[in-house]
Amino acid sequence: MQTKNTKEALHQTVNLFKTMLPMLFGMLLLVSLMQQLFQQHYQSWFTGNYILDPLIGTLAGAISFGIPITSYIAGGELVKGGVSLLAVTAFIMTWTTVGLIMIPWEASFLGKRFAIARNILNFFFALLIAMATVYTLGLLS
Amino acid sequence: MKSYQPLFWQKLSGRTKFLIFTLGLYAIISLFNTAVIVNSLSYFSFMLTKVIPVLGLVFIILFLTNLFLKPERIKKHMGKDSGLKGWFYDLIGGIIISGPPYVLYPMLGELQDNGARNGLIAAILYNRNVKIHFLPAMIYYFGMRYTVVLSIYILLFSLLNGKLLEIIVGE
Repeated sequence: MQTKNTKEALHQTVNLFKTMLPMLFGMLLLVSLMQQLFQQHYQSWFTGNYILDPLIGTLAGAISFGIPITSYIAGGELVKGGVSLLAVTAFIMTWTTVGLIMIPWEASFLGKRFAIARNILNFFFALLIAMATVYTLGLLS
Repeated sequence: MKSYQPLFWQKLSGRTKFLIFTLGLYAIISLFNTAVIVNSLSYFSFMLTKVIPVLGLVFIILFLTNLFLKPERIKKHMGKDSGLKGWFYDLIGGIIISGPPYVLYPMLGELQDNGARNGLIAAILYNRNVKIHFLPAMIYYFGMRYTVVLSIYILLFSLLNGKLLEIIVGE
């Protein structure tokens, strides 16, 4: 009985992997391409406008992708370059919580409505968290 | 309405079509800018070296989930009636869980199929941004105070995120 269950579980897992690998490779290829197209240009996207920049940060993070530490490095450089902390926080937040390129991949496992709603919510939450963080830091200092 | 797509194309899954579309995009861009494609492929191979070990781990976890974790158990801890305990496990799980989101989706999809609440899954995905091993880097770039404040907000907003998502897509 246990052998049958083991076989069944192995079969299920192998099947899931077989279906997910083509899309995973496609998505990683797309992400790599976006990374090359966008990475060097973040600084030039920001305008210095205190209202517009957080929105630009949110959008820039949403179309970017990578491990969180990359967003800290990029964000740190942006702050040094004079971009507001509000915009950079929004950028860091959407970098890790919104993945426009990955929506098809996410939707194939968690459902289209789930993926779209989650990404839209996270987009606005990034702005809210950025505002709350900067406001709180202002109070603390 | 009659479809005029070639038969082989119709037989392909959406995921395979996506891969072919991406390869086509590479082919088109390579005609205009070879350097971007070379750099992208180099970045892709770098990402693969990072992803393959994680995929091995995901395979083992998925196999064990399929083997031992029964829907009743998932429903009890992450289902509709999991209550506050479910959210608590969720906060801890989101922080502990490691790996990029794209390797987590298959695992979370399995949990969802077996009765886990959408809100808890969304909150796990949000909480995973508070990563203990990445905090020193954030402190280095932005300072301790910023890191603590942002991490607290991420945890709080993850709960709100989960609740709102359930209102939109259901439990």
